[in-house]
Amino acid sequence: MTRAFGALLKRDLILVARTPGDYTTPVIFFVVCTTLFSFVAGKDIAVLKSIGPGVIWVSALLASMLSLEGLFRSDYEDGTLEQILTAPAPLPLLVLAKAFAHWISAGVPLLLISPILGILMNLDSHSTAILVVTIAISTPTFSLIGIFGAALVISQKKAGMLLSLLTLPLCVPILIFSVSAVSAAADQLPIGGHLMLLGAFFVFTLTLSPFGTAGALRIMLSN
Amino acid sequence: MWLWFHKLSTARHFYALATRLTPWLGWLTGLTIALGLYLGLVVAPIDYQQKDAYRIMFVHVPSAWMSMMIYTMMAVSGAIGLIWRIKLAHVACTAAATIGASFTLITLVTGSIWGKPMWGAWWAWDARLTSELILLFLYLGFIALESAIPDRTKGQKAGAILLLAGVVNIPIIHYSVLWWHTLHQTASVSKFGIPSIHISMLTPLLVMTVGFMLLFLTILALRMRAMILETEYQSKWLRQLEESG
Repeated sequence: MTRAFGALLKRDLILVARTPGDYTTPVIFFVVCTTLFSFVAGKDIAVLKSIGPGVIWVSALLASMLSLEGLFRSDYEDGTLEQILTAPAPLPLLVLAKAFAHWISAGVPLLLISPILGILMNLDSHSTAILVVTIAISTPTFSLIGIFGAALVISQKKAGMLLSLLTLPLCVPILIFSVSAVSAAADQLPIGGHLMLLGAFFVFTLTLSPFGTAGALRIMLSN
Repeated sequence: MWLWFHKLSTARHFYALATRLTPWLGWLTGLTIALGLYLGLVVAPIDYQQKDAYRIMFVHVPSAWMSMMIYTMMAVSGAIGLIWRIKLAHVACTAAATIGASFTLITLVTGSIWGKPMWGAWWAWDARLTSELILLFLYLGFIALESAIPDRTKGQKAGAILLLAGVVNIPIIHYSVLWWHTLHQTASVSKFGIPSIHISMLTPLLVMTVGFMLLFLTILALRMRAMILETEYQSKWLRQLEESG
């Protein structure tokens, strides 16, 4: 069981490593999107500072949605996914491996670049640190919610829009608590509660999403 | 009892029953809503603070309840469809989605018309308004997903799974938005304790709610009949039914 998990994880990571576009594009999108907002906000540093965490967060959310579309694409087209479905290992576990691989390839790069964006948005060092912490807790949650959405739209050619419509509303709570954690940190307020709730969301999706995704895959690939 | 349920869950028996019931439901809906409007617009007293403007509540509140009730009903129905493989349950989901989305839209529009004189703004990013808007997105996502999948049965099953994910998330979304910040007046009618609304205003509200439920059932029956006709137009029983009736 653990061997199947490890094998699938390794395979997905090798595939990603061989196509650098897969992990660089979300990062570039993340930076470009954040930059665009700074034009809208104007030159007022105070405005930029107050909307900064929100802007970075929305951009991170959109960037991780972008990379989700292709999560099952090639596996679905070349039939690998059917092999995964018939594998002797439990499907939810394999789904979890794919979500984990997605997080490593799409979430971690965002995590690494986010402190730089925090500095660009004039956040102080304490709130930048909290920003990184919230992104670290929440990007795996995005991957888990996203993999569920990606399984539902698997047969669509242009799934991006539909996928966003399905998954973005489910991401609202994470957005709310992440942004308010960073704002609270900027005001020197306690943030333990926010972080605990974010952790709770993560555990919650971690328990449910693999099963939901497995169910969705079974339906979408049945004849 | 179980046999009766089983019989009803086949398209054929449901179609016959719905055909017989629809006119009754329609008349009952019209009468109840007319009574509710009379009680609400004429009989109920003027509010001391909000004057006559509060009367929009008699449309706003029942449609808000309906919007949430229909989503829950769809999720239950979707689960029934997935677990016991009852096709009719999926048909009910599909048929109910547009109605639910309409009620949600009505809630948002009447709410913003109400909000303009009371809060001084058409829209406020207040907790309950925002959760209602997100509910609308959930409805739209379901409708979009179902219509995007060409194979109808597959689309309905995928939709049912999405509904289950949505219904688990609704309370979470609602409370996170609530803690975010709120401006909305708190719920006046609650199951626990004495409602903080006078009986002369509560009666029309409840009558309107019953009216809206009947309206929902009427449209649901009509839409489900139409969908059964679409999928079963080649079947023998339908032709026999049409010839005999």
